[in-house]
Amino acid sequence: MSDTDPPLVEMTGVTKKYSGIVALSNVDFTIRAGEAVCLAGENGSGKSTLIKILAGVEPRNAGDIRFSGVAQGALSPRASADAGVMVIFQDFSLFPNLSVAENIAFSTQLSAQGALYRKAEARRIAAETLKRVGVDISLDARVESLPVVHKQLTAICRALAMDARLIIMDEPTTALTEREVKTLLGIIRRLKADGVAVLFVSHKLAEVLEVCEKVVVLRNGEKVAEGPATEFDSASLTRAMTGRDVAETPPDPLAADAPVLMKVAGLSKDGVFHDIGFDLRAGEVLGVSGLLGSGRTELAKALFGLVAPDTGTITLNGAPIPLGDPLKAAAAGIGYVPEDRLTEGLFLDQSIQRNVAVGRLDAYDRGAMLDLAGLWGEARDWLKKLSVKHSDPEAPVRSLSGGNQQRVVLARWLARGPKVLILNGPSVGVDVGSKSEIHDIIQALAHEGLGVIVISDDLPELLATCHRLLVMKGGRITDEIIGTDTDETDLGHRLAS
Amino acid sequence: MSRTISSRLSSPEARLALIAVLVFVFMAVLSPDRFLSVQNLTSMAFQFPEFAILALAVTVTMLTGGIDLSVVGVSNLSAVVAAMILASIAGETAVGAGAVMWLILSMVVALSIGAVCGLFNGALVAFVGMPPILATLGSGLIFTGIAVALTGGSAVMGFPAAAAWLGNGLVLGVPVPLILFALLAAIVAFIVSRTAFGLKLIMFGANPRAARFAAINVNGLLLRVYMLSGALSAVAGMLVMSRANSAKADYGSSYLLLSILIAVLGGVNPYGGYGKVIGVVLAVLSMQFLSSGLNMLQVSNFARELIWGVLLIFVMLVNSPRAAALLRRERTT
Repeated sequence: MSDTDPPLVEMTGVTKKYSGIVALSNVDFTIRAGEAVCLAGENGSGKSTLIKILAGVEPRNAGDIRFSGVAQGALSPRASADAGVMVIFQDFSLFPNLSVAENIAFSTQLSAQGALYRKAEARRIAAETLKRVGVDISLDARVESLPVVHKQLTAICRALAMDARLIIMDEPTTALTEREVKTLLGIIRRLKADGVAVLFVSHKLAEVLEVCEKVVVLRNGEKVAEGPATEFDSASLTRAMTGRDVAETPPDPLAADAPVLMKVAGLSKDGVFHDIGFDLRAGEVLGVSGLLGSGRTELAKALFGLVAPDTGTITLNGAPIPLGDPLKAAAAGIGYVPEDRLTEGLFLDQSIQRNVAVGRLDAYDRGAMLDLAGLWGEARDWLKKLSVKHSDPEAPVRSLSGGNQQRVVLARWLARGPKVLILNGPSVGVDVGSKSEIHDIIQALAHEGLGVIVISDDLPELLATCHRLLVMKGGRITDEIIGTDTDETDLGHRLAS
Repeated sequence: MSRTISSRLSSPEARLALIAVLVFVFMAVLSPDRFLSVQNLTSMAFQFPEFAILALAVTVTMLTGGIDLSVVGVSNLSAVVAAMILASIAGETAVGAGAVMWLILSMVVALSIGAVCGLFNGALVAFVGMPPILATLGSGLIFTGIAVALTGGSAVMGFPAAAAWLGNGLVLGVPVPLILFALLAAIVAFIVSRTAFGLKLIMFGANPRAARFAAINVNGLLLRVYMLSGALSAVAGMLVMSRANSAKADYGSSYLLLSILIAVLGGVNPYGGYGKVIGVVLAVLSMQFLSSGLNMLQVSNFARELIWGVLLIFVMLVNSPRAAALLRRERTT
């Protein structure tokens, strides 16, 4: 591969409009064989549109696309796949109930002309592909039983089995812990040496920068920055994406006489978490971190009653809270903002105001009927307070950006006036600008005297929001750190060691 | 101008209203003297309420993303028990206040049986976690079986004359079944749009998982939804009993499919989370206009089912966003 070869993909002047709104404006983009490129941008910057055009899912309104120098007319998913452009979406689009071998070889087998599924052949293809990326996953394991990183590798192998020449990875690292990211990067290096090009599309890119040759930044549908990856770091990427500096400040120190709000003691669930105990003070932001499978999410759910612990006690202001009952936990004043906004947090097709008001239906129940005016009025007040950007409170919540959606879930809980708010991954899938605004909201809540628990593996986020950090490993709390006593490197080491 | 019309027609209810009017006008033009006759209009008003109320029962469960396949089983079981009270305890000869009292008692018993049957369904769905389609398929067979066991499979007959009022009476010239349906439709519409229970059931239908995470009492909600469906089915059962002047374990077996069809036709999302009672009412009217018009034109029963099927697929096509997108693409390119 030399630089004189035509690039694998060359887009010039590509423009896309959705009913009058420009999603992508006159964008040039090239990627060469064996090259890794970061495509960065906030939500709504046009990243997804660019992927969809490359994958042949959406037609472009203007511009040229060449694959290996050959001009392409209107693309179709088929044409893009034949050219070796494969997209791995955030959810991987795997068949959870099938084996690794079946998932890897299925599409290849389908496009091969034979009418029968040949098991031995499928296993051979799968084994070969796994060898190519240098990982060892059992061919017969059911995909749903795999850890996230192995699911992702299965998806990569499936793309390779279909002769991928460009693998586009949408938000590849949001579900991965640092260690898993390292595994992924190792594999990306192998792929590059093999002549496969990789395009990372994300708003959390700092960690993949080291394997990339080039960075392209989109903002509001336009290309605002492009250059060698060595010229970018986390701060300059953020600046390019948002067009401003987003400085994260650590929280104000906690008042020394802040009373204990919630007390957790001896909380255990067999095989999940063991002997968890901690105090949460009023106005305190407590971080809980740990690798995937460390029990951090299960603990968060147990505090809200979604998981029933075997033993232990949770008390709020001295009063014990029954375990394993989310209704009682909510009634006692605990709120839980779930990790997966789309499936657990939101009613996507329902209106924005309904998504806020759903937590307050009982409060506005006037005997036979609801006080609808009061209910909607309150919901709209909260939308305003959290500055949710929307055109119409009756529009479906699906139409909002990730950051605004997260604020809708926050508004639902804040309307209930909770004493303790548990935030699981508060800024997952949220763009950089909204992220720091969510952090500001967390700090403001703590100022008002709420106890906040932030569960996250985003280290800068933990450092920017938390007074104190608990590190979980194998279901136990292994470390307790005061926020000001640590930094990103130290914390990363404590998590991964 | 065309834009305002098309935006007005963007809701499934508006399109349904248009369809109902079109079917009515079409039938009226084809056969004006018979279709528009007072006799035909009143006979329609007596016919549709029984399956329309079953459609309301199916609708409330469908709003949660579930379904109630036991509606006909519940309505027959409640009607059989009510009929046994009326026939063997009250007796054919009962008249005056006594007969009315027995009628009211039998209705209360029927409603209670409907609610208990619904509670059983709700418990299977909420606590056992069975898929509603299987839970109610099985329970519907159980309810029918109990009704068969109670009656030995034959019809229960011989009610006091007062019992006929429910299905055949007129109040100020309006058929009692129609009044009953209008009342129940208004109550269900109120529940769905103006009560905490109604909003919760729609939110649950939209995303059951998020409902749990939003601290909604999901189990209590499901129990109440299926109880409501059971009670509505019991009312339909009483209407059938009164109109047929008898009760039997296997009456109205074609009503199950018809009521599901009406709910879907009425724009209720079978996956839950969306549906309006006005849509169901309009769907009921369209179906009744169509079937009674076809009857008048002496179209065979088989052809009528075919036409129902075509209507169902047509409306689902019109309401499907994917079909709409296809049409738009055709127009622009």
